[in-house]
Amino acid sequence: MHELGIVFHMIDTLEEVGRDNGLTSIAKVTLNLGEVSGVLPDYLLDCWRWAADRSDLLRGAELDIEKIDAVTVCNACGRTYATLAHGKTCPHCGSNDTVLLRGNEAEIDTIEGW
Amino acid sequence: MDRIKVIEVKEDVLANNDRAAQALRERLHDQGTLLVNLMSSPGSGKTTLLSATLDALRDELSIGVMEADVDSDVDAYTVQGHGAKAVQLHTGGMCHLDAAMTEQGLRELGTDELDLVFLENVGNLICPAEFDTGAAKKVMILSTPEGHDKPLKYPLMFEVSDLVIVSKMDVAPYFDFDLEQFEKNVRMRNPHATILPVSAKTGEGMDAWYEWLRESVASWKH
Ligand SMILES: Nc1nc2c(ncn2[C@@H]2O[C@H](COP(=O)(O)OP(=O)(O)O)[C@@H](O)[C@H]2O)c(=O)[nH]1
Ligand SMILES: [Mg+2]
Ligand SMILES: [Zn+2]
Repeated sequence: MHELGIVFHMIDTLEEVGRDNGLTSIAKVTLNLGEVSGVLPDYLLDCWRWAADRSDLLRGAELDIEKIDAVTVCNACGRTYATLAHGKTCPHCGSNDTVLLRGNEAEIDTIEGW
Repeated sequence: MDRIKVIEVKEDVLANNDRAAQALRERLHDQGTLLVNLMSSPGSGKTTLLSATLDALRDELSIGVMEADVDSDVDAYTVQGHGAKAVQLHTGGMCHLDAAMTEQGLRELGTDELDLVFLENVGNLICPAEFDTGAAKKVMILSTPEGHDKPLKYPLMFEVSDLVIVSKMDVAPYFDFDLEQFEKNVRMRNPHATILPVSAKTGEGMDAWYEWLRESVASWKH
């Protein structure tokens, strides 16, 4: 739903990085995307294609999404578990005192261009 | 063709929005204007709450309102009728407001002499939570007909909010709304949020909301 807004912000950042590095064309953008980032890869790709092709710097650029599994650690028993399957409650001991370790990221990792 | 370069960026997709929002927040702090981002589902009672708030506080605070809830001017006219300076923001179909759209709205509104500006965000419990608008305070409204399980279904919205208003308390019994269970569900996600049950219709709890606003405006001006 908010993927188009995210793509617009990504493009602003990429155009800035491109300018700073003297690039005239970006061919590939790699994105690290966590399972619980709230960003849907399929929507993001659709929005990307539409918006990137309207930018001189990014026309035709591929968006490569690296998915990151979400992992939560339990403060009560110290063990980790898959966030998507169990949410906030630790499946080992039942505690709710848990913290997301990773899986929340939506980060531009690298770009390739000339 | 030139040689291909690989450049490490390592930046959050919304980093540039976050920077713009932070700059806006600092500017508003310098001029002593408190911006409150109001988020909720459509129909939760934002416009009704704002109208009552304007009636109660307009003699002590100068208040502005930016409406983005729907793509029409109805809400802006309503709050203008209660004595606020108001503008309608058009998001062009976007499901949220970002810092740039907020800044544009503030420019249109003219904030120099305002103590308090409400941003009535797009009605939606998901997308607005992701975007920092530059507001000093995030307030979400959940109306009792929506049910006490919503913090479990929309965790991010409850995590980012400073204040959670439970609206339409007058009809809570008809919807089997369990306030105690709701508070537990919110606390699991956000131990620090203040929770205020109110009814704009009967006036229940509204004084606590006004007091929260007075204190927030006063401490923002320090
Ligand atoms: N019973 C009751 N109804 C309310 C209350 N506040 C708002 N409403 C009604 O809820 C509906 C939607 O309110 P509105 O303020 O337009 O919601 P918004 O879409 O969030 O701006 C209207 O019919 C209001 O009269 C309340 O405290 N109690
Ligand atoms: Mg409204
Ligand atoms: Zn555990």
